[in-house]
Amino acid sequence: MIKFFLMVNKQGQTRLSKYYEHVDINKRTLLETEVIKSCLSRSNEQCSFIEYKDFKLIYRQYAALFIVVGVNDTENEMAIYEFIHNFVEVLDEYFSRVSELDVSFFNTVFHSTWQMHSGPYQEPIDELPKICSALEPQQTCFSPDSSSFKGAASTTPIY
Amino acid sequence: MPAVSKGDGMRGLAVFISDIRNCKSKEAEIKRINKELANIRSKFKGDKALDGYSKKKYVCKLLFIFLLGHDIDFGHMEAVNLLSSNKYTEKQIGYLFISVLVNSNSELIRLINNAIKNDLASRNPTFMCLALHCIANVGSREMGEAFAADIPRILVAGDSMDSVKQSAALCLLRLYKASPDLVPMGEWTARVVHLLNDQHMGVVTAAVSLITCLCKKNPDDFKTCVSLAVSRLSRIVSSASTDLQDYTYYFVPAPWLSVKLLRLLQCYPPPEDAAVKGRLVECLETVLNKAQEPPKSKKVQHSNAKNAILFETISLIIHYDSEPNLLVRACNQLGQFLQHRETNLRYLALESMCTLASSEFSHEAVKTHIDTVINALKTERDVSVRQRAADLLYAMCDRSNAKQIVSEMLRYLETADYAIREEIVLKVAILAEKYAVDYSWYVDTILNLIRIAGDYVSEEVWYRVLQIVTNRDDVQGYAAKTVFEALQAPACHENMVKVGGYILGEFGNLIAGDPRSSPPVQFSLLHSKFHLCSVATRALLLSTYIKFINLFPETKATIQGVLRAGSQLRNADVELQQRAVEYLTLSSVASTDVLATVLEEMPPFPERESSILAKLKRKKGPGAGSALDDGRRDPSSNDINGGMEPTPSTVSTPSPSADLLGLRAAPPPAAPPASAGAGNLLVDVFDGPAAQPSLGPTPEEAFLSELEPPAPESPMALLADPAPAADPGPEDIGPPIPEADELLNKFVCKNNGVLFENQLLQIGVKSEFRQNLGRMYLFYGNKTSVQFQNFSPTVVHPGDLQTQLAVQTKRVAAQVDGGAQVQQVLNIECLRDFLTPPLLSVRFRYGGAPQALTLKLPVTINKFFQPTEMAAQDFFQRWKQLSLPQQEAQKIFKANHPMDAEVTKAKLLGFGSALLDNVDPNPENFVGAGIIQTKALQVGCLLRLEPNAQAQMYRLTLRTSKEPVSRHLCELLAQQF
Repeated sequence: MIKFFLMVNKQGQTRLSKYYEHVDINKRTLLETEVIKSCLSRSNEQCSFIEYKDFKLIYRQYAALFIVVGVNDTENEMAIYEFIHNFVEVLDEYFSRVSELDVSFFNTVFHSTWQMHSGPYQEPIDELPKICSALEPQQTCFSPDSSSFKGAASTTPIY
Repeated sequence: MPAVSKGDGMRGLAVFISDIRNCKSKEAEIKRINKELANIRSKFKGDKALDGYSKKKYVCKLLFIFLLGHDIDFGHMEAVNLLSSNKYTEKQIGYLFISVLVNSNSELIRLINNAIKNDLASRNPTFMCLALHCIANVGSREMGEAFAADIPRILVAGDSMDSVKQSAALCLLRLYKASPDLVPMGEWTARVVHLLNDQHMGVVTAAVSLITCLCKKNPDDFKTCVSLAVSRLSRIVSSASTDLQDYTYYFVPAPWLSVKLLRLLQCYPPPEDAAVKGRLVECLETVLNKAQEPPKSKKVQHSNAKNAILFETISLIIHYDSEPNLLVRACNQLGQFLQHRETNLRYLALESMCTLASSEFSHEAVKTHIDTVINALKTERDVSVRQRAADLLYAMCDRSNAKQIVSEMLRYLETADYAIREEIVLKVAILAEKYAVDYSWYVDTILNLIRIAGDYVSEEVWYRVLQIVTNRDDVQGYAAKTVFEALQAPACHENMVKVGGYILGEFGNLIAGDPRSSPPVQFSLLHSKFHLCSVATRALLLSTYIKFINLFPETKATIQGVLRAGSQLRNADVELQQRAVEYLTLSSVASTDVLATVLEEMPPFPERESSILAKLKRKKGPGAGSALDDGRRDPSSNDINGGMEPTPSTVSTPSPSADLLGLRAAPPPAAPPASAGAGNLLVDVFDGPAAQPSLGPTPEEAFLSELEPPAPESPMALLADPAPAADPGPEDIGPPIPEADELLNKFVCKNNGVLFENQLLQIGVKSEFRQNLGRMYLFYGNKTSVQFQNFSPTVVHPGDLQTQLAVQTKRVAAQVDGGAQVQQVLNIECLRDFLTPPLLSVRFRYGGAPQALTLKLPVTINKFFQPTEMAAQDFFQRWKQLSLPQQEAQKIFKANHPMDAEVTKAKLLGFGSALLDNVDPNPENFVGAGIIQTKALQVGCLLRLEPNAQAQMYRLTLRTSKEPVSRHLCELLAQQF
């Protein structure tokens, strides 16, 4: 079962977080810091699964962005690992050359609509695009002109 | 990226956003935002009614401002208004705003709920989906209360669109997880199961998630899902790689759905229907076969998706643990992965293999990979993979490969990461002990362990080696020689000094013949370490010295000199000072004979007594006894059981030596806290035998126990505590915990209360009995914040109780959430008189560690008492009728509680008998009568209790028509006063 879904950049800024089990707001920051710390310290030769407290972290890195999923011990690591990729592919499809910047704005949409809450990856391939396209008008209104964006978010394609 | 001005994109909003972006400073941004907020406020307050478009635009702006991190305190009403719009985009922005800024304003919630209700009833699939998403996203209890009943209806309605069904399933799942009590089970459950047959894969996927969650609480209601899941799985697995179109991921058909179906199947035992089972086995074989086929795509995504299914398939095969052929094939497949170039696969293969090693069918197959695994331990660059390799080595260890594995693990220990050293140390210690054939090997291993990783050797490990050496004559000389040699290293670990000190103190004489290890040499070697050691170790060494005086009289003068030194006699540490003073006096005043008696060699630790217990426990891995310790230990402490995989080898390879060593018989509990100080240490080592009264305290113990207060929870005292083996339960459950009898006694005279409690679990009891029938409610409360898994309480009838007492139990949920309580109902029928109570065996997994606990169910024969009122005359007549010697049981005993007539009365009434007044000529005495109701017969029963306040004694007399009943009742009741 998925416990949380995080997108964090290399500087340790959380770009997106979604919790499927209640975690105190103040504890989240701490958790996210520790999670990204343990991911950043790993090399390519190491496996993508980290045991962390009583759950497992499964992570993938795309450019400067880490996607980290926290799961309990009955979850299928490989399925989640590939699910992350599927998710990124879908983002890429939608944004065409998705970048960290897109993700930080995708946050809103994701936050409000994408129902991953019910455990492992509710929406299989091709379900997400449908939802996204249903959201298009709303997405449009928040899509920033990336060149004028003040923040530090990288516009390097993550995939 | 979609253009800003696409569709009916809101120009005003775009302008506002780009204004914000162009702000040069934070202040400018705030200024711009305040200006906008003022503008929006005036628009909302204005007289002119806003059209939908403007409302949407302003709500969007507010939302944007909120997301920039500013507080929004208005606009909620406008957002709610948007909900009733008929335009998709307006409605959607409304829902977005509601979901992001949930407000507990009750007035608003009512309006929102109303809007949601309308949308749910609208039959417009898009609107319905929006409403369902909103319910799911908010997911509050209020939402649940308002809609939990509607959603199942939408989910199973024949005319719901696929996308609506899918959203409804997920929404229901969310509500169920948030507040399970709100989601009523009903006739819809059967129809939910049939969603597994749905044409639309999205609906199936959502339904599987829902069913997997629901079936954990009500497995029987969803039983039919097994065959449907199997047939769905079989269709997916056998489909061509392009059949499923959208749901094909890099030529793998519906990988995530397959994984979920396989996981759902793991909630149930193997299907009983042969056809279903055959089909399933075929599926599993197909998956295994596909793993061998050449990949359809070179892309890594293809193989990842395929392997995800493969690993879940193997989990299912392990879960069933009934198909030897599949288990071995799974093992071979994982064996190939062990050398795969992908680190992830190696990691997962090691992890899965660890569970495969626990199956008797595949244990041997796993063992064939030992060299690869050892190689992984040596060469893997990733610590987490190495740790998995170490786990696997531990799991696959048995008598045949123990030496190899232990030596490899020892070698690994030298370079192991600090984080996992302690765990490896424990594993090595356990394996060495469990599979030791010759004990010199065991001693070598443990000493090596201390040498290599002394800091990580916890106290229980070195306690254990001392116990074993003390108990085995054949290894004592060798042990003395080895520790002597080990101590010669210039820098040796303090734990080594402790072991060395203790062993030389006991068995130093065995090597004293060799001039290289003559008594003075031994002493000076030990004493050279003395000043570098902690107080605890020094205290132990002082005891060694006094033992030396007995073993080697020639060292007496030297040792007395040491004891007399100011640094000892006036030591700031009171424990050291006391020892020095008392030992010095003892050595001066006592004659050689007295010394020899007082300082005699320690008697063997009473492990042999518990060999039956150990055997029982070995059968089932962690037994009942350890559950206690588990309860006692701090869940967060890094203790021995926490980090270990279940020890499968204990099941598949019984080892005779385990009788003696019975790992579980001496569960190393949480190490005594460091603050326990020196006093406890010695007691820990010396107190063991004293706790076994049958051995009789030796003079030395008497002496020592005067010196120190007893340590109540020393590990050895635990070890010595033989669990009552009086009730040989059936083979598959552990014996009752030692307190079981005491706990049972608490319930002889009462029906409700807390039966058992430790740090993890509380068990409460409520019961009522009428005639020969009874009903008992057991409440299991999870005291932790972590879910218990595989929670299964069962009632067991030891001996012929089966024919005497019928107990029907209802199943309870396999999961108990942290802080939650589950209830179990027991229907009890007394068939005939019985003496032993049934056993209640509770098993569960807590944080991965299996826990087991056996208690006596508080059902005693007196529960089926029917009080009978009778006159004095009748009473005496019946009393005389029951005058055969075997019909009477009498007990004279001392009062354990204050003798209060009212309390006694209450207890007798609680016991079940009627109290008869004016029967006994002595008003102080109590007289009672009753009938024990069983299905087969009734047993009349008369009792008389005579308190003697002066002597603080009671005399209890019972007469019944059945001899064993008299005795049993007498015993039960006597314990109550």
